[in-house]
Amino acid sequence: MTTQRAPASMYRNREGLGIWEHRGKVAAVGVGHSPTSRRWDGTAENCIGALAIDALRKAIADAGVDPSAVDGLVMDPGTTTGAHWEEGDPIPMDVVNAFNPTDDPLDGIAKLSAEWILKNMPELSGINFTMYGPGCMSNAIVVAAQAIGDGLAHTCLVLKGWHNLAGRYYQGGAAAMDTVAGNAWGQLWGTRAGTTDAFTFQEYLHKYNKTHDMMANFIVNSKKNGLMFPEGFFAQNRPDEITREDYINARWIVKPLNLFDMDIPIMATAAYLFTTAERAQDMAQNPVYILNHCTTRPKFGLNQGLENAMLSTEATARKSYSGAGITASDLSFENMYDGFTVFHNHYLEGLRYGGMKRGEVLDFYESEDISISGPHPVSPSGGNCGSGRTRFWMHTDTIQQLQGRAGDRQISKPAEIGISGGPMPQGGDFTVWSSTPG
Amino acid sequence: MPKQSPAPAEGDITKPFWDAANEDRLIVQRCLPCTDLRGLTVLQFPPEPTCVWCGLGGDDVLEWYEVCGRGTIDTYGILHDAAQRQLQPDQPLNVAVISLEEDPRCQMLSHLRDTPVDEIPVGATVEVIFEVTPATGQKVPEWRVVG
Repeated sequence: MTTQRAPASMYRNREGLGIWEHRGKVAAVGVGHSPTSRRWDGTAENCIGALAIDALRKAIADAGVDPSAVDGLVMDPGTTTGAHWEEGDPIPMDVVNAFNPTDDPLDGIAKLSAEWILKNMPELSGINFTMYGPGCMSNAIVVAAQAIGDGLAHTCLVLKGWHNLAGRYYQGGAAAMDTVAGNAWGQLWGTRAGTTDAFTFQEYLHKYNKTHDMMANFIVNSKKNGLMFPEGFFAQNRPDEITREDYINARWIVKPLNLFDMDIPIMATAAYLFTTAERAQDMAQNPVYILNHCTTRPKFGLNQGLENAMLSTEATARKSYSGAGITASDLSFENMYDGFTVFHNHYLEGLRYGGMKRGEVLDFYESEDISISGPHPVSPSGGNCGSGRTRFWMHTDTIQQLQGRAGDRQISKPAEIGISGGPMPQGGDFTVWSSTPG
Repeated sequence: MPKQSPAPAEGDITKPFWDAANEDRLIVQRCLPCTDLRGLTVLQFPPEPTCVWCGLGGDDVLEWYEVCGRGTIDTYGILHDAAQRQLQPDQPLNVAVISLEEDPRCQMLSHLRDTPVDEIPVGATVEVIFEVTPATGQKVPEWRVVG
């Protein structure tokens, strides 16, 4: 079975599309997570392929489904956090041969194909639909939701894995050469991941006369929520809270973003089991219904700029709300992306979350109760800030909140409708979820 | 200034830009349909096969256009942890976003080497200068504050 990237027609990327035609007819039921680690230890049992199998099996078991009843798989074949397998590095054949390999020996180690999954999970004997939703879980989710709604699958696994290797990512390669390609603009001026976001944040601070330190409450809250996420990296490996002072005094990476505004690359995999609303009634967990999904993907030059970031998140909000048939006040909580942390600012202002307008988010963080106990919980998952770079904590938390099984992170107010998505404010994929079909 | 030398291959879409830089000329792409439609010069940088605004491409859509070499500082960041080995000894480094005078949405980057680190005057006028990179002698456009 050849797996293709999802066609453009599966994404709801235009405004004015109306209520999603499958509103409330697709549901998330099962959740599965692998253990986390900072880097791959070189063993077969901890390679990205093995972590994916672990997460998939947990999601299937969590939903209480016979594996042979699964007929779909949507995933991202890319797994790098930024660490690439350097050309010429020896292939660990003991790891390759510990599984049923594909033609690519790095499959299951530094990338992950649907073919590799199916070769190594023989219990998935009923799968006849596979598709790639590339980039991150946010993309795979909207593809899987649309696929089920369109009848391409009825019980579909959704998978995203991340591998992290030894050494500092983005170092070496072109970053260490005397010459670079003609289009290596970022290399030439030394911009790194986060630099353009630092530009935009600096523009925001300048325009609204705010300070970087006003992010502190958001960071502390996200770290705290992350430590209540048993599947997360910090809860499993570094269970220490940070203080406002820790944040404010952290070293700059690219000012005005410091160490805690960045996310830590880790190894981890998550899987969900999606199905139709009808089939979900017979499964082991409460269904979480998808009310809508949408996509925003504008193009920009070297610097997206504050205005473009805001226009994009406001468009995302309009599309999300209108397709779900809700308004901002219907949100019980939000779980938008945060890696880099300042992304969250644009999302909240774009969503008009808690009634805020442009230029108000930093005051909101500082003056409102943004905790899970407050009237407007902010990032109850803790996001990448709270649990490491995966781009999927927000989705897992949203599902678990609406199922009423988020444990210590469960928000105090009734969890009825949530929104999650990312990665970039300037472009990504977004989902509106509900505890009822609407 | 950048410490690495850009080395565009023959036929690379960036080659005319770098060739012009070696002649101390700053050129960017101008979209002719967008310019006609809006009645103002619509520029884009970095070079792309198609216009980021209208999505059209081809020689009858995008032409190289020499700009005057003036702009303003739009925003900036201060680089403390660059991945580029050659830049690491110079940290912290200014990285400013320059908006071109002819079309402020068309932007470039600069280290503003003549401006003290983290004392960047947002909104100030800048002019282009061309500096020689060490590996190949390829010139790159940089900027300095003039007012």
